[in-house]
Amino acid sequence: MFRFFLSRLALLIPTFIGVSIVAFSFIRLLPGDPILLLAGERGVTEQRYQELQAAYGFDKPILVQYFNYVLDLLSGDFGTSLVTKRPVLNEFFTLFPATLELSLCAIIVAVAIGIPAGVFAAVKRGSWLDQSVMGVALVGYSMPIFWWGLLLIILFSGILHWTPVSGRISLIYFFPSVTGFMLVDSLLSGQAGAFKSAASHLVLPTIVLATIPLAVIARQTRSAMLEVLGEDYVRTARAKGLAPRRVIGLHALRNALIPVVTTIGLQVGVLLAGAILTETIFSWPGIGKWMVDSVLKRDYDVVQGGLLLIAAIVMIVNLIVDVLYGLINPRIRT
Amino acid sequence: MSRTKKLLAATILASSFAFAAHAKTLVYCSEGSPEGFDPALYTAGTTFDASSKPVYNRLVEFVRGKTEVQPGLAESWSVSDDGLEYTFKLRAGVKFHSSDSFTPTRDFNADDVIFSFDRQMNAENPFNAYVDGASWEYFNGMSMPDLIKSIEKVDDLTVKFVLNRQEAPFIANLAMDFASIMSKEYADSLSSKSDLNQKPVGTGPFQFVAYQPDAVIRYKANADYWGGKQPIDDLVFAITTDASVRMQKLTAGECQVMPYPNPADIQALKDNPDLQMLEQQGLNVGYLAYNTQQAPFDNPKVRKALNMAINKQAILEAVFQGAGQAAKNPIPPTMWSYNDDIQDDPYDPDAARKMLEEAGVKDLSMKVWAMPVQRPYNPNARRMAELMQEDFAKIGVTVEIVSYEWGEYLQRSKAVDRDGAVLLGWTGDNGDPDNFLAVLLGCDGVGGSNRAQWCNEEFDGLIKKAKAGSPEERTAVYKEAQVVFKREAPWATIAHSVVFMPMSKKVSGYIMDPLGGHWFDGVDIAE
Repeated sequence: MFRFFLSRLALLIPTFIGVSIVAFSFIRLLPGDPILLLAGERGVTEQRYQELQAAYGFDKPILVQYFNYVLDLLSGDFGTSLVTKRPVLNEFFTLFPATLELSLCAIIVAVAIGIPAGVFAAVKRGSWLDQSVMGVALVGYSMPIFWWGLLLIILFSGILHWTPVSGRISLIYFFPSVTGFMLVDSLLSGQAGAFKSAASHLVLPTIVLATIPLAVIARQTRSAMLEVLGEDYVRTARAKGLAPRRVIGLHALRNALIPVVTTIGLQVGVLLAGAILTETIFSWPGIGKWMVDSVLKRDYDVVQGGLLLIAAIVMIVNLIVDVLYGLINPRIRT
Repeated sequence: MSRTKKLLAATILASSFAFAAHAKTLVYCSEGSPEGFDPALYTAGTTFDASSKPVYNRLVEFVRGKTEVQPGLAESWSVSDDGLEYTFKLRAGVKFHSSDSFTPTRDFNADDVIFSFDRQMNAENPFNAYVDGASWEYFNGMSMPDLIKSIEKVDDLTVKFVLNRQEAPFIANLAMDFASIMSKEYADSLSSKSDLNQKPVGTGPFQFVAYQPDAVIRYKANADYWGGKQPIDDLVFAITTDASVRMQKLTAGECQVMPYPNPADIQALKDNPDLQMLEQQGLNVGYLAYNTQQAPFDNPKVRKALNMAINKQAILEAVFQGAGQAAKNPIPPTMWSYNDDIQDDPYDPDAARKMLEEAGVKDLSMKVWAMPVQRPYNPNARRMAELMQEDFAKIGVTVEIVSYEWGEYLQRSKAVDRDGAVLLGWTGDNGDPDNFLAVLLGCDGVGGSNRAQWCNEEFDGLIKKAKAGSPEERTAVYKEAQVVFKREAPWATIAHSVVFMPMSKKVSGYIMDPLGGHWFDGVDIAE
């Protein structure tokens, strides 16, 4: 098991180098010069342009720029935002907890609803229950996130007044950020009603962000269950006279979960991509919105630093999934 | 509504009442995050709204709702006869904000003024490069390094600026955001210099309290403000980037003021009985600049003919959806010296066709450049170019529409040998006509910001003359310059945008700023 873990870990190094090259070249391949974009209609004189190029190091050959960038990375320097003039790492860790909190809630909801829904659909295969679960999942899977978010806001916040429109907590609460997780911080603050306010602000963005992963997980669970339910050992278990609940819960589900866990791992990437839209709709101060703004402004350091950090997170999650996979399925350990 | 929901609503309601009982709070749904809080480092209006406007003051300030300037931290000023020395008498007894980490030991004085500018022009100043990439873009963009020869402290409450040349718009420049006055004492006291950009201390009407990035900025009224304490106690910016969500928050009462509504939502907002809608022309102009150095566009008659072929009314309806006003001059009507006597070229395709024939132009084909981005002065350049294409086709002119990525567009359109007419525009910086007429149409701007590549001796002589003199004298000269502009027609002037500000009916005292800023001093809210 340890060797398996090490081999997976070693694979991360070339992946990380690859991502750094992609991140570095991606933003430079896009047309658009950050200095000209920053200057806008006002423009800069040729001399000033040269000065700024030199100041940011853009005048050097591209390979030298990449080499310097990697050197800085190795010393833990992810660069400085051209726009806000603040260190990239600093900005990332200020905003990341908000994305993490939202993503965790979304994945919990997606798993907690998606797996049982998939199991029911598989067990009642062909019934109206199966048809409707899969129908809803198909709709969820194809849902345009931005439209869906606005629709929910207009209905639940605008017309019914059940939930707040956007933000992380009502503005009447004001306390220092300790963990960056609003649910935790609001409890720590000891202010009456703060936790409820934070939780109510999470409802709509969680639903929106969970929609696609939930649909994917439900569909994946259903097909994995169907496959497993047809296996000989399930028939044997039934023939032994075990309670159906036990057959499905223990014998079938445990084996069906193997591909589902991989799917959940892959959904982390989808969640971070979905966070871009969800955060924009709900004014959620996370890294999704931050990345979009920086691409538009060609803020080189933020885009490449942000991509690297996000890629690192996705890779670590996938590593954990691989290890979990090994635990559930002993066959792949060697 | 379930019991929990009711309980939740009751709790929120109760706590908001408790809050309202001791403090009057105004919530503004701002459109974006500030880049930082040192306005001189940045150029975005969103940053200025959150930094220079609430927190800081300048030596001179714009009269609210106008483009003229009035005394600010300087009580008065005088200009030497040669126009090169500006002496400012500073206001006595002005206090900087006190915060958890800083308590001022002295009042505002000449050292603060010198510090605020010296850091932007002197590479030796410890605050010249206090954040990575500090490039003082506005200070440089307004040519201040070439303009200012020296800044001298005459005594604690007197400062003298010595200039290298006469420049009447200099006073207006000092009312701009980059000229905000910082506390030298505060800067010197900082162990981490970047706090100057994160925890601002100023003399302004509101004091900075806290910023949660991309979420909320909090301010409280400055109890010691030299202009008197504000009617509200707390000012909160709830950062909401999407215009539809801002509208939902405003209608749900989660904020009381919002900027930049979607044009499609304006009618619904106007119809809402709880809201009021303010509107004003923006300090901007959208134009089509011909390349006046290339035949046949070097002939004013050809340019005039094309101008007469453009149906501006159709453009206003299709592109601005009513949020625009036809432009006849290169400066907007809210700017002083706007010449309202000028008659716009009539929309007359028949006359235009005849004029082209008289000029000996047949089967003309040309390029029209369309910007790839939305700007206040042109919300949809592509659509505008298509409408012009149809208009020009009616007088026998074939148009090919071209576009580039925005940075590239700005760069390529500067070229003197550029092929085609360019759609572009300008938003004013300092409310001075010089900032439009000299920058966009002066001979010095050819190959740069003068996209028409137009160098007219008569016009250029007038705007150079207007660099000096009293406001009345300058007004007369600028009015004359606008006559020359209209006669020579280097541009087709298209539109000035109209800016809408929806807000709750409980809000009073809000005055729209022609320069596009958002100010909350003097604003009150009924409980």
